[in-house]
Amino acid sequence: MNKRNFLKSSAAALAISALSLGAAGGALAANKVLKIGFVGVTSGPAAAWGTSNVRSMQTRAAWINEIGGVKIGGDTYDIEIVTFDDQKDPKRAIAGMEKMAQEGIHYVVGPNVDDGAAAVRPVAESNGIMYFPYAFPKSLYQKPASNAVLGMIANYQSGPAIYKFLRDKKGVKKVAFIAANESDPLSQRDGGVAAANALGLEVVADKDTYQNDTRDFVPVLTPVLRSKPDLLVLSGVAPGNAPLLIRSARELGYTGFISTETAQDAKVLEEGAGDLANGFISVGGASTPEIRSKAMEEFIDRYTKMFGEYNDESNTKVYALEYIIETLKMNPKGIDDIGEFKKTMDNFSAPNPYMKGDATLKYVGMTSFGQKRQVAVPMVVNEYRDGKFDTLFIAEVD
Amino acid sequence: MEQVLANGLYLGAQYALIALGLTLIFALMNVLNFAHGQLYVLGGFVTYTIYGQLEMPFVAALFAAAVTLALVGGLMERFLFRTVLKRSVREESTMLLAAGTAFFLDAIILLIFGEKQRGVPKIVDGVFNWDFRLIMPYDRILIGFLAIFAIAAFVLYMQYSKTGRALRALAQDRVAAQLMGVNVDRYSMIGFALGAMLAGVVGGLLVTITGVNSGIGGPISIKAFMMVMIGGAGVISGAIAGGFILGMLESVGLSVLHSYGDITYLMIFASLMVFLSIRPQGLMGKPWG
Repeated sequence: MNKRNFLKSSAAALAISALSLGAAGGALAANKVLKIGFVGVTSGPAAAWGTSNVRSMQTRAAWINEIGGVKIGGDTYDIEIVTFDDQKDPKRAIAGMEKMAQEGIHYVVGPNVDDGAAAVRPVAESNGIMYFPYAFPKSLYQKPASNAVLGMIANYQSGPAIYKFLRDKKGVKKVAFIAANESDPLSQRDGGVAAANALGLEVVADKDTYQNDTRDFVPVLTPVLRSKPDLLVLSGVAPGNAPLLIRSARELGYTGFISTETAQDAKVLEEGAGDLANGFISVGGASTPEIRSKAMEEFIDRYTKMFGEYNDESNTKVYALEYIIETLKMNPKGIDDIGEFKKTMDNFSAPNPYMKGDATLKYVGMTSFGQKRQVAVPMVVNEYRDGKFDTLFIAEVD
Repeated sequence: MEQVLANGLYLGAQYALIALGLTLIFALMNVLNFAHGQLYVLGGFVTYTIYGQLEMPFVAALFAAAVTLALVGGLMERFLFRTVLKRSVREESTMLLAAGTAFFLDAIILLIFGEKQRGVPKIVDGVFNWDFRLIMPYDRILIGFLAIFAIAAFVLYMQYSKTGRALRALAQDRVAAQLMGVNVDRYSMIGFALGAMLAGVVGGLLVTITGVNSGIGGPISIKAFMMVMIGGAGVISGAIAGGFILGMLESVGLSVLHSYGDITYLMIFASLMVFLSIRPQGLMGKPWG
């Protein structure tokens, strides 16, 4: 981060503090305060995942508060974001969710990973908290569970679409998988292997893993690439590791396709792998330039002004807070009663402010979970090229 | 096999350089510097800012990283560790201070440089390819040689310079060194600064290959401790040997054991436990410290 960005970030932090203080008194005193929580990872190697969440929420909250708050029922609310860094540790995630319960918060965004999301379930269910994880275990979203709402597209939804596209359009026949030795990437790898097998692809490597803090991937990739795959899948790869893996694979002479089902950031790829990242396929960025509205452009502008630099992962992470607020607007009783919120989810529909045209916000997930426990965001499959993402295809999930 | 050996040697060279600074500080002050990985990260970010952002020459960026980290190390010794060492004889005091410093630096680095992985343009383009039996990008070859050169220069400096001799005397016997006229405070600060500078240099070198992000300080420290434990805490040659052994174990393990999943580090840790139970002082350390 350069000096200018640092100053911007500092100013943003001061502005957020000032707004928070302002909520307690002064000009904003007339409005009630609606607290929305965040429990996720904002430090350590995976900090990018949670930080993009928090900053998206803070940007949107500051925007709403600046224009006088949001009207829910007969009252106008300012939005206050309460954050907790779980450091990607399930024990701390539980502590974070307990903190949210103590503060009387009923709506929480996060956690960012599978084990954290699974760990907080009992706390959320016993304290009347709806939470929006970025984690994929189906048990969180299937009955009898009902408090978790998946905040993004799952790998078992996007993976088959990508593999099918590459099989049909690019002639891919052999696939190799590599994953970090952690619960999320491993479960995503297993899901990907099953999807590839179901599509009739030959899986030539499905056991190769690496430590998440690996810095040099040449030794890790050397044996994988000997199997000469047409497609190398980086299952659940963290944004920090993706450019290193891509660069190592290309430098080892690999010329096939490389893909992942997690969201990535174009700037990180550009800096870490440069031209070697050209052709890299990923999911995410649910608000690409082709489909984004003026409101989304304003969001990006505000985010950049607040924090110095935009994160492409926020193209998806902008949505969770919007869904919470819009659902509460439809049924204000949900503010204190998540049972009312749940009732509203089945028939909820509102205009999608971040997409062009007549797109709507709605809950989906009937096919994957048997109940509507997923936010509907466009499944945009991107190809990285020369510092930006080009859209390969757009699909929808139910 | 050629590829596996080359990977191991390259990893070993960078690991050895990382471990050198840590073992130097331990030898001089009996301080386990848990913030060593964070100093590496800081060196990486200084290089990133000057070479990647300001587009100044890489050599200038590396020099700036070395100077910055030497200053940071010197200040840490002067205002943190020296103060605590004079007020407390309990070893855990400096350990806690080092751990606290690590957390502090983590937070500061995250605040200043952000959460994203950062990278810089390659310093040399092209890939050496020997009939697909041995593939090695030229920048890795260059960094590997630079790491070996830095290790050699450090060893020669410690062996033949006046400062190096004073530092070695300090490491062997603090009281005797003081009685022989070595200014303990001054050379402790120089030694700490040198250790931090080594971390900064290796961070600056490796940012061209592996990039840098604010969260990798802790894992880097853990690996550095492993190398030091293998070679023997406080022994320069032990740190070098530990680095090369760990690099080779990783490379061979990842190649031979890859079809069994991620058991390479499991095997390394298990072997380390057995090894340390037999030889707790490491390969080249002395049982009496």
